[in-house]
Amino acid sequence: MHNERSGFLTFMLTVGLAFLYIPMVLLVIYSFNYSKLVPVWGGWSTRWYKVLFESPEVWEAVRLSLQIAFINATFATMLGALAGLAMVRFGKFRGRTLFGGMLVAPLVMPEVITGLSLLIFFISLKELIGWPLERGFTTITIAHITFSLAYVAVIVQARLTGMGVSLEEAAADLGAKPFKVISSITLPRLAPGLLSGWLLAFCLSLDDLVIASFVTGPGSTTLPILIFSRIRLGLRPDINALATIIIIFVAILVAIAAYIMLRQQRRELIDQQMAARGDV
Amino acid sequence: MSPIKKEEIQTKDFRYYVTLCLDKLQSKWKTIIIFIPFAWLLLFFLTPFFIVAKISLAELVITSPPFSKMIDWVDGSVITIRLVFDNFIYIFDDPLYARTYLNSVKIALISTFLALLIGYPIAYAIVRSKPVTKQLLLFAIILPFWTSFLLRVYAWMGLLADQGTINNILIYLGVTDTPIRLLYTEFAVYIGIVYTYLPFMILPLYANMEKLDGSLNEAAADLGSGPINTFFRITLPLSLPGIIAGSLLVFIPATGEYVIPDLLGGGNVQMIGRQLYNEFARNIDWPVASAVAIVLLLLLVLPMAIYQHYQAKAAEVK
Amino acid sequence: MTDTNEFSKDKPLLEIRGVSKKFGDFIAVNNVDLDIYQGELFCLLGGSGCGKTTLLRMLAGFEKPSSGQILIDGQDMSEVPPYKRPTNMMFQNYALFPHMTVEKNIAFGLEQDGISKAEISDKIDSILKLVELQDYKKRRPQQLSGGQRQRVALARALVKQPKLLLLDEPLSALDKKLREQTQFELINIQDKVGVTFVVVTHDQEEAMTLSTRIAVMDRGRFIQTGTPTEIYEYPRDRFVADFIGSANILDGKVVSNLEGTIEVSTYLGKFAFKSNSNISEGSDLFVGLRPEKISISKAASKSKNITGYIDDIGYFGDYSIYKVRLDEGKIIDVTAQNQKRPKNAKDRLTYEDKVNLNWDNSSAMLLLK
Repeated sequence: MHNERSGFLTFMLTVGLAFLYIPMVLLVIYSFNYSKLVPVWGGWSTRWYKVLFESPEVWEAVRLSLQIAFINATFATMLGALAGLAMVRFGKFRGRTLFGGMLVAPLVMPEVITGLSLLIFFISLKELIGWPLERGFTTITIAHITFSLAYVAVIVQARLTGMGVSLEEAAADLGAKPFKVISSITLPRLAPGLLSGWLLAFCLSLDDLVIASFVTGPGSTTLPILIFSRIRLGLRPDINALATIIIIFVAILVAIAAYIMLRQQRRELIDQQMAARGDV
Repeated sequence: MSPIKKEEIQTKDFRYYVTLCLDKLQSKWKTIIIFIPFAWLLLFFLTPFFIVAKISLAELVITSPPFSKMIDWVDGSVITIRLVFDNFIYIFDDPLYARTYLNSVKIALISTFLALLIGYPIAYAIVRSKPVTKQLLLFAIILPFWTSFLLRVYAWMGLLADQGTINNILIYLGVTDTPIRLLYTEFAVYIGIVYTYLPFMILPLYANMEKLDGSLNEAAADLGSGPINTFFRITLPLSLPGIIAGSLLVFIPATGEYVIPDLLGGGNVQMIGRQLYNEFARNIDWPVASAVAIVLLLLLVLPMAIYQHYQAKAAEVK
Repeated sequence: MTDTNEFSKDKPLLEIRGVSKKFGDFIAVNNVDLDIYQGELFCLLGGSGCGKTTLLRMLAGFEKPSSGQILIDGQDMSEVPPYKRPTNMMFQNYALFPHMTVEKNIAFGLEQDGISKAEISDKIDSILKLVELQDYKKRRPQQLSGGQRQRVALARALVKQPKLLLLDEPLSALDKKLREQTQFELINIQDKVGVTFVVVTHDQEEAMTLSTRIAVMDRGRFIQTGTPTEIYEYPRDRFVADFIGSANILDGKVVSNLEGTIEVSTYLGKFAFKSNSNISEGSDLFVGLRPEKISISKAASKSKNITGYIDDIGYFGDYSIYKVRLDEGKIIDVTAQNQKRPKNAKDRLTYEDKVNLNWDNSSAMLLLK
């Protein structure tokens, strides 16, 4: 499958990539548009960035979203790692089908359903035990952890399947108890997967609109909720500015990740050469 | 054997029990590991669904929460269970709902098909690329997914609006005098869904095609089959699992989409996700909203089961 | 066939009693019994799928027997998990921890036992000296060659001085030259350290070189157990004779069975065997004759009158295999060392040469069906 690419395929590839990126490029360009009417060009300006930075609701929303995203990512990674470990390494156990189903469902289910069910759950819970009194930070975080952990579990399962079980067996053979095996062998080897899982959960939380809308309460406005309420009414250049900032932020993260990966590959090459030489 | 002091025995006992406890923990390690995420999911994922199901069978009552209790203590001794199927009857009776469900399925199907048409060649092109390029291309495909979903839909608003970029270009080129209605149409919703869900189509396709044996194509060519014939008789059938996985990954969430029909479709495109939100937020008719959700879920149970079946099969093959 | 095991002292170190392992309907290990004694280098030999690796994994504790018992030093291992067993395993793919240096890999097992840092350091130094890798302490596995990784895997397993060292195809990943060298190194190390080895292999040459005793396995059962010489010279049946080395297999019929001597007739004549089997007259069995036990020459033989024509020759440099076609069309394999360089055509054996075969009847093997 690795021969050359035909002309048609290259054409489709270019068209596809253009399709994916041109809207975002335009978004960035128009953030520098002087005119208030977004698509009408009025000259270069950075005034919308100023407007953005001087808007307290935006800062508040950013702060809330980042907090939620951080806590969500951390807990989701821990729970998802355990879940992924169980699915791959534990063979058949009681309740495995149900467990596996609960790990897949959040990935495909429409968010309105998840959001609705969680909101109703929180309200019923309040009726029953008096908690949670107010919906907002806590409920959003719980909701996010619930679906994020499914994504992390997918990543962890993929990496574990590729990793093979012989190292863990070797550790057990050498006397390491099960929890020691996990902490000394499994987790360190899983580390890159856990990192990508954490980043993914972080971004998913930062970006979630529907579920957060359902389970939030008065006074807790996340960034997506803020953006949505503003763009429903039409195009706004300060949103373009916000979009540009986010895009640049993500691009930098990705560049760092790519750089790390490249360095890792080069390191492996050097190691192989050293091994082949065989001397000290 | 020297006589053992009483204090010695006691300290031994304490340490003995602690070690015994830790040992028991170690031997039950699997249960502990499964239990933690399992408990979380049972509590925060499964239980909400049961509650929704329960509410869908209840009546609308002007209280908070606005639904009647399913189990009532009558005289403290006899339990009556009041199941009210009225909500479901209401949904099935009212043609608005049927239309909305069908519309959602239709739009999701068409979008999935379009995503497949665009995504398949892209995935195939990546598979055929050099290893270094492959990594870069995969990154390029995934990168938009990491930026905000909301903002990417917003980008299309800017493109499709009456005073938007596309219309500006068309008018400038003289193709038309007045702006063409692009935004707030079904067409815009198609573009929106395809645009945001494209990576979900490409990646499973890529994963599947990457594993296909290239020598099969060579064998077919050797036996006299031209490229087009080889594609339809060999490549396409073998990539079917990837096609199914990608399609389900797009179709299922697209059916319940809320944001895209709202921003790009305006009031003109009715999809069930918006309907559900309306019932819930505007009409505060929770029982009906729950019933709508349950019906949607039932609609999607079959595709979701198919998806899980294919995932399990793929894992087995490994 | 007597058990000439020089190691059988009092009690066996490892006792396998009636052990079976089933995977669903498939029986991987079928009711096997075995005793292994302290100081042995024992080989489980068999083709793929014969159950040898499954048995090894049961000894290590990674699989639970479906039935039967495993006792190490008299202690029942049924409820003992791998991290509590006095066994250590050297894995086929070495299973070295890639995120740890050689030093840390070897230290790992010792750390689980709560040994002091100073003592660990000493043990590491001495074991690395034993496998000749002292200068590689700080390297990671990815920076080592295949042979070096194998030695680290061995060191890591040995440093804990287990009662039993289990080796899963230890030499399979090495190339031929390295394999020969490592075979002798393994024996030396085992001698020095005195640990009991149980090796799983499919390579019969390896088994013959390394072992003090071999168990030949097929389809979950032990076919024959004994020293390399016993197995090679006195195989129990056709399977073992074919599996170890090569053999000419002749169909035979029992002519008589009197007072511990069985006479068998084959198309190459009558053979007499000392055996206490009570196989009846007229029964069918096989007689095996190994190719190296047959001499081949152009000169007429004094005792036998078996002649044939050379049908095919396999030249291996140090020896040659001759496929000799007898009168009835049957082919007999004969191997001969190329001791002398042939000076002229008369000396050389070539295709279609008429040759005479000779052997000592006592080197024939009685093979049950």
